Amino acid sequence: MLYREAGDFKTTYREDNQTFPIRFDRIAYYTTVAAAFAVVPFFINDYWANAVFVPFLIYAIAALGLNILTGYAGQVSLGTGGFMAVGAYACYKLMTAFPEMSMVLNVLLAGLVTAGVGVLFGLPSLRIKGFYLAVATLAAQFFLVWLFNKVPWFYNNSASGQITAPERTFLGQFVTGAQTSASAKYLFCLAFVFVLALVARNLTRGTTGRKWMAIRDMDIAAEIIGVNPLTTKLSAFAVSSFYIGVAGALFFSVYLGAAEVGESFGIQKSFLILFMVIIGGLGSIFGSFAGAAFLVLLPVLLKNVLVGTLGWPTDLAAHIELMIVGALIIIFLIVEPHGLAQLWRLTKEKLRLWPFPH
Amino acid sequence: MKDMSEGYVTADGRQIGGVLMEMKNITLRFGGVVAIKDISFDIRDGEIRAIIGPNGAGKSSMLNVISGFYVPTEGEVWFKGVRRGPMKPYQVARLGVARTFQNIALFDGMTVLDNIMTGRLTRMKAGLLSQALWYGAAEREEIAHREKVERIIDFLEIQNIRKTPVGRLPYGLKKRVELARALAAEPKLLLLDEPMAGMNVEEKEDMSRFILDLNDEFGTTIVLIEHDMGVVMDLSDRVVVMDYGRKIGDGPPEEVRNNQDVIDAYLGVAHD
Ligand SMILES: Nc1ncnc2c1ncn2[C@@H]1O[C@H](COP(=O)(O)OP(=O)(O)OP(=O)(O)O)[C@@H](O)[C@H]1O
Ligand SMILES: [Mg+2]
Repeated sequence: MLYREAGDFKTTYREDNQTFPIRFDRIAYYTTVAAAFAVVPFFINDYWANAVFVPFLIYAIAALGLNILTGYAGQVSLGTGGFMAVGAYACYKLMTAFPEMSMVLNVLLAGLVTAGVGVLFGLPSLRIKGFYLAVATLAAQFFLVWLFNKVPWFYNNSASGQITAPERTFLGQFVTGAQTSASAKYLFCLAFVFVLALVARNLTRGTTGRKWMAIRDMDIAAEIIGVNPLTTKLSAFAVSSFYIGVAGALFFSVYLGAAEVGESFGIQKSFLILFMVIIGGLGSIFGSFAGAAFLVLLPVLLKNVLVGTLGWPTDLAAHIELMIVGALIIIFLIVEPHGLAQLWRLTKEKLRLWPFPH
Repeated sequence: MKDMSEGYVTADGRQIGGVLMEMKNITLRFGGVVAIKDISFDIRDGEIRAIIGPNGAGKSSMLNVISGFYVPTEGEVWFKGVRRGPMKPYQVARLGVARTFQNIALFDGMTVLDNIMTGRLTRMKAGLLSQALWYGAAEREEIAHREKVERIIDFLEIQNIRKTPVGRLPYGLKKRVELARALAAEPKLLLLDEPMAGMNVEEKEDMSRFILDLNDEFGTTIVLIEHDMGVVMDLSDRVVVMDYGRKIGDGPPEEVRNNQDVIDAYLGVAHD
């Protein structure tokens, strides 16, 4: 009986505009945030940080970014891996060129660089749509990976062709390099996730978000009511690429420590993040988190059950994981195109009426 | 006909102003198809101007020329005494022209409220940073525009579906939401392409009342395409009649109704 909006009257438009209009949701949200910042860091160890929390947080940022572009603005992209690579390499170049610069600034600037590159590759979207745009972004993906492989300047001529993150501290704690503690990695990424999720929420509920969704739902009508398709599509590419660039920078510097572009930011990455967005829910902030959590946790869970408990060989478990993800994508696309977020919404609607469904 | 350069007084005593928009010798071709053939007429400040004609006469095409969605092959469009050059549709919107579509063109994935708020996009100025932080200009602006939009929601009596995704609404309500979105722009000139098509008698009466009220209360100039002659006779001050891309009649409803060419066109005499 807790989950109610009755008796929870909104008396101002400001209250009506809030992110969680239902009190129960609000409390759940504050509790989660408080636990994430104040409880988890004390219990996290290297296994949980590297296997679950840090990848989840970083993928959540990437999924938010792709969701802004595809879910909100309706522009399909298969270039996410390539854009993450831009973020990673920009971060690497900044870290090595300016050793004194704050790591936060490195990551943000890497995001900005990626935003610029994203706008450039977003230009074709003004002429082409849907499938054709997907192919164009796919070309961007391959081009970017090729570029970072081919031009030694990007990896500072290192013999291995890899980029390796130097040690950097933030507020006196190591956040990159071998000495970084699990809790520092986690908190550093969490701070980015927290701020970027708030910003994504704010952008999507206001003017900019409405422009994006108008272009997504019916571009001709959008133009006739006064939406400039050029600036709207490019702003979606810019904001989305910024997020993906930040994710790429964190993925390389905090999570991996060293990266090779084809392996870490190949086409599989593009698909993985697209699947997160589809399974989580297109056009939903919550969905971006749900999708990232789902696809990070699923392999861990399957590995523990299939390999750990049942004693199956690792490669078989890996294949089964692929099959399960593939099947889920198809199921979601057919049965619930709005993903986990929609399932959650429907459950809440039921709950709101429970126990009197009529 | 009497000189109307300074406007005229309608049958029900409303003062109509000078020329708001003038179409001069408009021709529109799609490849070999001539959708509009050398048509001229004007739209006056504050009037309800109907465009009627059989199917395929070129009415929607004419509305598209007015809204700037089509650039005429030949001819000139004058708005507020200035010749309008080739413009993008969103630029025309910023001049104060809003419209609804023959086939509803709402944003199905968004709520009714968000759809109507999009009608005010051209007036919202807060920067990206302010929006990202939901602070200062962005929040103030959101609330100020929400108040305007709520007035339209009250006016069109759609309070109870505010938060419903538009895709779930029945046809008649969608038409109403589309009108609300157009009104949210506070247009000088409102273009309605068959706003009552597919509605039952009761819904048509509601819609007619809204159209008259908004012309009366806000002084909005309205161009209306409609097949229901009863509605046209009741609502409009002057009527343009089109047939096969040509203009075959122009004047007050009762005059047009008795025009022999118009009667022929509607009975199909001239072409069969
Ligand atoms: N984009 C287009 N390309 C080619 N031909 C077009 C296009 N738009 C309209 N036409 C043609 O122009 C003519 C006029 O069409 P229009 O839609 O303006 O008629 P209408 O008077 O609105 O008809 P209805 O009452 O059926 O809505 C038709 O012959 C139509 O096929
Ligand atoms: Mg038509």
